[in-house]
Amino acid sequence: MEDDLIASFLEESWEGVNQLDQDIVALEKAPQDKNLLDSIFRTIHTIKGTCGFLGLLQLGTVSHAAESALDLLRKGTRTIDKETISLILDAVDCIKEMLTHLETHNKEVEQIDEVIVSRLNDYINGGSPKSSGSQDPSTQQETAQMTTPASENQGGLDPSDFIGADGEIDFEAMDNAINQMAAQHRESLKSNETAEAASTPEQPAAEATSAKAVVEEETPAEAPVADQFAESAESSSGKSKETKNVAELSIRVHVDVIDELMNLVGELVLTRNQLLQMARGDDESKYAGPITHLNRVTTDLQEGVMKTRMQPIGNVWGKLPRLVRDLSRITNKEIDLEMTGAETELDRTVLDAIKDPLTHMVRNSADHGLEARDERKKVGKPERGRIHLQAFHEGGHVVICIEDDGRGINTSRVRDKAIANGLITSGDASRMTEHEIHQLIFRPGFSTAEAVSSVSGRGVGMDVVKTEIERIGGTVDLISKLGKGTTVKIKIPLTLAIISALVVESGGESFAIPQLGVVELVRLPFEEAQRIETIHDNQVFRLRDRLLPLIYLHDAMQLPSRENGEQGDINIVVVQVGEEQMGLVVDEVFDTEEIVVKPVGSLLKDLGIYQGTTILGDGRVIMILDVAGIAGEHGGMQSGSHDQVGGEADTYGNRTRLLLFDSGNNNCMAVPLSLVSRLEEFSANAIERNGESCVVQYRGTLLPLLPVHGLPPQQELDPQPVIVFTDGAQSMGLMVNEIRDVVDEELVISMQSQTPGVLGTSIINEKATNIIDTQHYLLQANPDWFAESQRDTNRQIMVIDGSPFFRQMIETALEAEHCNVTTAGSLEEYLEITKKKQAYDAFVVDLDLPHPASAEVLGEIRSKQEQEQTPVIGLTTRQSSAFIQRMQEAGCNKVLAKLDPYSLVSSIEELCENQEFLQGRTA
Amino acid sequence: MSVVTRNQSNASTSSIVQYVSFWVDEQLLGVPVMSIQEVLNGQQIARTPRASREIAGLLNLRGQIVTAVDLRFRLGLPQGPDHTECMNVVIRHNGEPYSLLVDEVGDVIDVDQNQIGPVPRTLDAHWRSVTSGVVQLPSGLFVILNATEVLSFI
Repeated sequence: MEDDLIASFLEESWEGVNQLDQDIVALEKAPQDKNLLDSIFRTIHTIKGTCGFLGLLQLGTVSHAAESALDLLRKGTRTIDKETISLILDAVDCIKEMLTHLETHNKEVEQIDEVIVSRLNDYINGGSPKSSGSQDPSTQQETAQMTTPASENQGGLDPSDFIGADGEIDFEAMDNAINQMAAQHRESLKSNETAEAASTPEQPAAEATSAKAVVEEETPAEAPVADQFAESAESSSGKSKETKNVAELSIRVHVDVIDELMNLVGELVLTRNQLLQMARGDDESKYAGPITHLNRVTTDLQEGVMKTRMQPIGNVWGKLPRLVRDLSRITNKEIDLEMTGAETELDRTVLDAIKDPLTHMVRNSADHGLEARDERKKVGKPERGRIHLQAFHEGGHVVICIEDDGRGINTSRVRDKAIANGLITSGDASRMTEHEIHQLIFRPGFSTAEAVSSVSGRGVGMDVVKTEIERIGGTVDLISKLGKGTTVKIKIPLTLAIISALVVESGGESFAIPQLGVVELVRLPFEEAQRIETIHDNQVFRLRDRLLPLIYLHDAMQLPSRENGEQGDINIVVVQVGEEQMGLVVDEVFDTEEIVVKPVGSLLKDLGIYQGTTILGDGRVIMILDVAGIAGEHGGMQSGSHDQVGGEADTYGNRTRLLLFDSGNNNCMAVPLSLVSRLEEFSANAIERNGESCVVQYRGTLLPLLPVHGLPPQQELDPQPVIVFTDGAQSMGLMVNEIRDVVDEELVISMQSQTPGVLGTSIINEKATNIIDTQHYLLQANPDWFAESQRDTNRQIMVIDGSPFFRQMIETALEAEHCNVTTAGSLEEYLEITKKKQAYDAFVVDLDLPHPASAEVLGEIRSKQEQEQTPVIGLTTRQSSAFIQRMQEAGCNKVLAKLDPYSLVSSIEELCENQEFLQGRTA
Repeated sequence: MSVVTRNQSNASTSSIVQYVSFWVDEQLLGVPVMSIQEVLNGQQIARTPRASREIAGLLNLRGQIVTAVDLRFRLGLPQGPDHTECMNVVIRHNGEPYSLLVDEVGDVIDVDQNQIGPVPRTLDAHWRSVTSGVVQLPSGLFVILNATEVLSFI
């Protein structure tokens, strides 16, 4: 019961205290505002009063001191100045800390913050000539401590509460407390409690608490904390009749209740849609009338319930004045914060989502945007900086502008920084407009602040802001004029729960695409299909002189494409993803529908291509696509298929696609999928055993089969799963127990291996897994495997690669080619090795070394005159053409995808031969 | 359509637990009645491309989205009838509803907890991990599935 009381005390106190910051800062601006001061006083007073009631002694002491200080202001004994405001704010912070402590530890702090109490008491005593002899603050505390047992025993009125800091009895406080008790009694009588029960202090309180849990009286801004009891107490003393009237107009409802209602309305909307669909074709139906009516009522109800979830954006802005005030003190700037449109309403969930980004941007404006005072003076601006927050509705969206009149964004500095950070190339930069360059500050890892301050400038932030806003379907735009100021414009949807979506079909499945991101629909008649052009396997469409990259939805979803026979028109859904537009090619476009977004289950959450699920009017479940996620997956990715199993890029960033298999005895091993040609199963009697070795007739030739090295001969399996590795006309098969899975894992070799046939051990799916060395098996199966390429040149090759796994793989592949390979793991190692003079015929460089190591390595290689013409092959997992181009400019003759030893070998061959040819000519 | 709803009848002796039995690829399997939310006939199942193979898709249970699990695939059994013809055994796991796709639902079987024998050691490791015991019924063997383990791939 006690816990219940404390919980409701905390809830109310928090609400009050949070409002305090705003009020106090407002008070600083308008010291004459009597109502404001009264409201602040009342909040503190209520906290103090309840503390006494709950026996929270320390909190009571602080709030009491704060109250006394405020009282002096109220009486006009002291005037409100900056220092006073700071003192009160500090006191409020202290109260906040104590509340947090109470919340987390479920008990009060043991040690009071003496500093703040004595500061408050000094203030009270210092400036009040009428006080009857100034008292040492510690005495006051002792008095309080002495009465502790009494307060605990009674659980009701605590006499210490009514003794002011000046030793006088605070009659007003006592009056209120007595009124509270009286109100409580009235309350309990109302709820038909027996008189006996009412006399127990806990019972009525608990009773009231449980009643409050369902419907609580809303307390308007003027009296945020005043709870039911205090309310009646105060109104009975004739203080705030107005307040009471406003309070009667609104009720407080638990959020869960509203969320539940929202769900039910969602269901109703679906059922309505179902009915509408049934009634559609049938004009004569006798249900037509009622259904139309139901339709109208449902729409109204939906709007009504949505409205209950709406909250003014001012609720989020509330804490900004305090933030700006603190910032202006830290940065020593004068800042005016203006807010217009605080009453603009937004859905609660949206509001929660924008809270942090908004704070961050205001902080940015104050810290980076606005100049220091003298700097402003110099350029002839008013000394006081201005931050203007603005919110308004605009066609189903809410627009929030954060505007400052600061120095604006220095375009050339952003450009230089972006080039230095490797975000763009100088070539890119020259093509970009000013506006586009400004958008770069939303890229991860970007900050132009010269110094990292305690406030901001660590280069994390704006990208987070952008991601957060985009997550809720919003957009961020930035307009800046050098010397004039910066405006950030956020556009967010009103609500997230019910959205309008376009239903499309692709590969035989239906999907919903949120309408918000859809820019337009383009239908291309089948005859004009050739208007879709290709650039290096990527399909693009020229839409009004703009190139639109195309993604085939069935590809993205790994669904079969439409039957070749039924060639239909091509439907392109043009979607906006951040700043870019993409074309999503679908088989069929249906209707738009109002859908209720249901969260995706835990199973599908990690996929990143679904935003949610929904149930259509006809009861079908369909997936809502996360267009941004799909576009992200295809960002710069080549859609050209490889000749291998899986047929897609084998690496996603640092992740490598691995095939897991059981090599017998439950021993799990893995091989990069890109090295696998295909997976087969042979029946046991198809396998011909010839002494130790096994072969099978396969595609007209004999395929040598090998067991996994070092494992005892396993029992014969029927069918026998085999992993086939192929090179040119030659193949070999590795007999395994079971093909397990294909996983995307970051490949880190944690242990190098001495076992032949094993590259090393890596942790996959939290299990130590051996990565097999395919080259070993290839050589074993066909000792003369590489014989044909034995034009024994004994080339000297230098391999610089950060990962031991790749190093070893390249080494094995090249050694099989009879090259002499030297490896280095880093630039330092490379320099160490090359101290000894030796010429290399070719270099293989990892381009994914931590930035800018790869470029340095390339520069180092090219810096030597004799190596100016030496072939250099870069290996990367990145496939953006801009990156490849940059690396070629840096000195790579050729850039290849990692994990493709065959093309590496042939490229070296080709480049070296060219080089030898050229050398031969010059010689 | 709901065939069996939560059976609230009290087992008088504490060691008797009721199990809902079902067939998957001719094998009689079961899970405790109390863990089951309901049993449904064949449902329309929406596919979820690119999800893991164990997930057959999603189905609509009175406005609630239920994730359907292809029990045959999960247990390493050959593909069975079309998913829409399977019966759905809906269970809750971590607060989310899941449907196990089974060939056919059988009777509710009372099992004395003392009769439940351990899973034979020779059983495939994969099966051993998802089963919690075997009961010898006069009509045949009744394998008790560990629902939590069955859904452990999540």
